[in-house]
Amino acid sequence: MNGVWQIVRKDLRIEFRSPAGLVSIFVLGLLVLLIFQFAAPEKPTPESAAGALWISFVFAGTLGAQRTFLLERDNLCLDGLKIAPIDPAAIFLAKMLGTLVTLTILQAVMAPLTSVFFGVVPVSPLGFALVCLLGNLGFAALATLFASISVGTRAREVILPLLIFPVLVPLLIAAVKASAVLLGGAGEAGIWLRVLVAFDVVFTVAGWLLFEHVLRE
Amino acid sequence: MLAKRLENVVSLLLPWLAGPAMVAALYLIFMVVPTERDQGVVQRIFYFHVPSAWTAFLGFFVVCGASLLYLWRGNPGFDRIARASAEIGMVFCTLVLLTGPIWARPIWGAWWTWDPRLTMTLILWTIYASYLLLRAFGGGEDQISRYAAVLGIVGAIDIPLIVVSVRLWRGIHPAVMMSRDPQGGLRDPSMRFTLLVAAGAFLLVYAWLLLVRLRTLRVADGVVELEREMRAS
Repeated sequence: MNGVWQIVRKDLRIEFRSPAGLVSIFVLGLLVLLIFQFAAPEKPTPESAAGALWISFVFAGTLGAQRTFLLERDNLCLDGLKIAPIDPAAIFLAKMLGTLVTLTILQAVMAPLTSVFFGVVPVSPLGFALVCLLGNLGFAALATLFASISVGTRAREVILPLLIFPVLVPLLIAAVKASAVLLGGAGEAGIWLRVLVAFDVVFTVAGWLLFEHVLRE
Repeated sequence: MLAKRLENVVSLLLPWLAGPAMVAALYLIFMVVPTERDQGVVQRIFYFHVPSAWTAFLGFFVVCGASLLYLWRGNPGFDRIARASAEIGMVFCTLVLLTGPIWARPIWGAWWTWDPRLTMTLILWTIYASYLLLRAFGGGEDQISRYAAVLGIVGAIDIPLIVVSVRLWRGIHPAVMMSRDPQGGLRDPSMRFTLLVAAGAFLLVYAWLLLVRLRTLRVADGVVELEREMRAS
């Protein structure tokens, strides 16, 4: 578990020392939010705000998840990581945590922006933050597993969204529905929270178990 | 040696089983089975639609099983089974998505509705499309097999989550679900018999295609192996 912390610290240090990557994620998120404005109904609803928030999150997040492994490709860092006396499962957890932290910062900017752009306010800020975190967790788990796959293929940039989006559907439905309720829409958020937790647990465990097979030479 | 001979016999036999079974199914569907009272003649597409769906799900189930075995044992045979089954499952899943709208248009008045089952089938289609694309884009040979196996497993464990979330998303439409439910609508015993024969025929076609595809994949792998040996010597 010592290795986990060291990899996370290394990755975050790289991110913050050359913030161009981090900034590009924010700008992409902002752009998607902006474009969504023009496509959304004139009078925004909690549902359209939640949709915009999560669509921008997924696009920016895919870019962010891609980066953690693209960085490792340069200078054969990935091989160094494989040789290091660290359990593959620990590498997975570290990469997932790194993505989680980056994307939490992204959400901390995007959620207030969505609130301002769409003129909606969370009924329960704490519950809304919880939905954001749960959605982020499941996304980070899935995206980390698939990003490690995509860097090993010939068509890295193309394949990652193709891998992530179909499998992500349950999480996306649950996150959008729960967010819409917490932004003042009608309905019940509890059942969606349960779907989110199930998704998080299933794919954290799956990634933790399967990562070894992705990394193996 | 025995396994090889058995495989030869089976692959000779299967087309002779699948062909007549398909002809029998077609005869039953168009000549024997009575026209459904409420939906009319278009309901006959049901006997293609439902067996296609079953075969597609079977194909994807086999992908998951073979992927697990491949990661566990590392035998390239399992990898070939997963790949062949995904390809054939995709063919049948596409058939489901094509026959569904043809049936839905006159009955529901729309080519497509976001009914839970339709949505789920479409999502499944996209998952296995990305599976085949991953294989098509390729990478290192062993590597891509392992990647595909991981995706084959992840896709399968996603299915329960998709089912639950999609049902909650749209709510269950009992009227729609019931009218499409095979047991609910099939009052005439010959309807159930026809469905069973059609399903059997589709299953045989699946098995035959799987075997043919497995043999071509094995030959292709053999060619790669030969090339590698030639370069080494």
